[in-house]
Amino acid sequence: MERMKSLFYSQKMAPYIFVLPFVVLFAGFYLYPVISTVIMSFQVILPGQTAFVGLQNYQKLLNPTFFTAFWNTTVYTFWTIVILIPLPLLLAVILNSPIMKYRTFFRAAIFVPALTSTIVAGVIFRLLFAESDTAFANSVISFFGFEPIAWRQHAGTLMFLMVGLAAWRWMGVNLIYFLAGLQNIPKEMYEAAEIDGANAFDKFRHITIPFLKPVSIYVLTITLFAGYKMFEEAYVFWEVNSPGNIGLTLVGYLYKEGFQYNQLGYGSAIGVTVLIIVGILGFLQLKVLGVFQKKEGN
Amino acid sequence: MTTEKRHRWVSYLLFLFMLIPALIALFPLGALILASLKPSTELMRFGLNLYPQFELWSLDNYTYLFTEGSIYFHWFKNSLIITFFSTFLALFFSSMVGYSLAMYSFRGQNIVLLLVLLVMMIPFEILMLPLFNMMIALNTVNTYAGVILPMLVHPLAVFFFRQFALGLPKELMDAARIDGCSEYGIFFKIMVPLMTPAYGAMAILLALFSWNNFLWPLVVLRTSDMFTLPIGLAGLLSPYGNNYDVLISGSVLTVIPIIIVFLFFQRYFISGLTVGGVKG
Repeated sequence: MERMKSLFYSQKMAPYIFVLPFVVLFAGFYLYPVISTVIMSFQVILPGQTAFVGLQNYQKLLNPTFFTAFWNTTVYTFWTIVILIPLPLLLAVILNSPIMKYRTFFRAAIFVPALTSTIVAGVIFRLLFAESDTAFANSVISFFGFEPIAWRQHAGTLMFLMVGLAAWRWMGVNLIYFLAGLQNIPKEMYEAAEIDGANAFDKFRHITIPFLKPVSIYVLTITLFAGYKMFEEAYVFWEVNSPGNIGLTLVGYLYKEGFQYNQLGYGSAIGVTVLIIVGILGFLQLKVLGVFQKKEGN
Repeated sequence: MTTEKRHRWVSYLLFLFMLIPALIALFPLGALILASLKPSTELMRFGLNLYPQFELWSLDNYTYLFTEGSIYFHWFKNSLIITFFSTFLALFFSSMVGYSLAMYSFRGQNIVLLLVLLVMMIPFEILMLPLFNMMIALNTVNTYAGVILPMLVHPLAVFFFRQFALGLPKELMDAARIDGCSEYGIFFKIMVPLMTPAYGAMAILLALFSWNNFLWPLVVLRTSDMFTLPIGLAGLLSPYGNNYDVLISGSVLTVIPIIIVFLFFQRYFISGLTVGGVKG
């Protein structure tokens, strides 16, 4: 007992005690579920009886609903990347400029939407983009001579709402990432370039962009991952059942099959597929951007 | 003189340009507050128009929330409890791991770090089915514990604490050991106080995450008296419901406390967010 106690207090043992709770939680709530979901994806699970069915669940994925979910998720991810990288970058460059006034105010104002939950943001979007022709969005487009739109009802306008909601909530977060990246660029770089006669565009092209590469890769990666696991932005408009599945995403499909229809095996196969898609895209992205050639360090 | 003048013009132009995104960011929140002052009955179906209609303004939605909408404060309480415990415990565990990874060298260290980075890549969403089975087995469906347990592994927080602890003076550890302080004493009495800024930054970020968390609580919580705010409010979000008074005024009251916290602790929000991006 005494020896146990002295071992517990030894300098050798301490780091293990510190990481123990985390490792236990990790094993229980991450490692085990990952293994379990992979196994379940090869099974058909009914109450009281479970049978291995090989690749049957994966073969079942070759159906139009899955493709719709995959397509919607991909289009959504594409647009969030197109909007949520260049725009916050531009805003960050402006906010970082020394002649800009009231920087803290603008930074705070653009960040505030990130504090709302997707549900509250959804309430707001549903109010502003309601179907009646007196609602905000429709009264604006009527002013310009367009017919009122039933925003939630069409694939294109629904995608606009989902991407718009994500862009509204995430702009400020990505802005802060880029601002932090910009503040890491040594001022001397710009001064030296000015002495060499570089103009604002040259400086942006040859100093700002290369220095921002690590931050941009990080932002691109999290945007890509967030895009493929999107659920809430669709849920606030249609829950999980939308007309013609225009609001169905991969995780929405998993939720529906797994929790509503109790298809645990099939749901797991969807989950594993999402993991594979995200893994491949993440790897390709890092490969194309040349992250792997770089040495260790920043 | 001319460059100075030009600078001033550019500065005005940039200011005007930046007003556009700032307005786009703030306008919807203003619209929500405006909506909460209007009669709620037809609001979700007919949407919000932007005519102020001062004659219709009233605090009826809020009065209703405080008198008839008592379930809302049940949700509020549930959200507070879940946010408090999941934030507190996640901070506790993550800081111990991050600290240990930074300050000691031990066998298996790299495996732990690799685990942390690996977890960051796995979308939590795909683990829901086995996790839910586990919650059934543990008898924690529809309980606070069921929501909190899987939320205690926060790789980003571990990474953050590791980065922060790397900057702490190791000499303090040796000095404390000479004074007869145990390894745990060093952590709790010396290092935890030194890590206060890191705790502040992560506390705010984790609390915000937990307060707004949606999908997992939606899966685990089954009865209305156990709902958190986002789950409860989402249930009212149907165009044919009849609780829009609670939905609209409740949404406002969900966001306002967080905006206030943000305004006071802006610096912490930002330092907590930027660790992943800049170092990575």
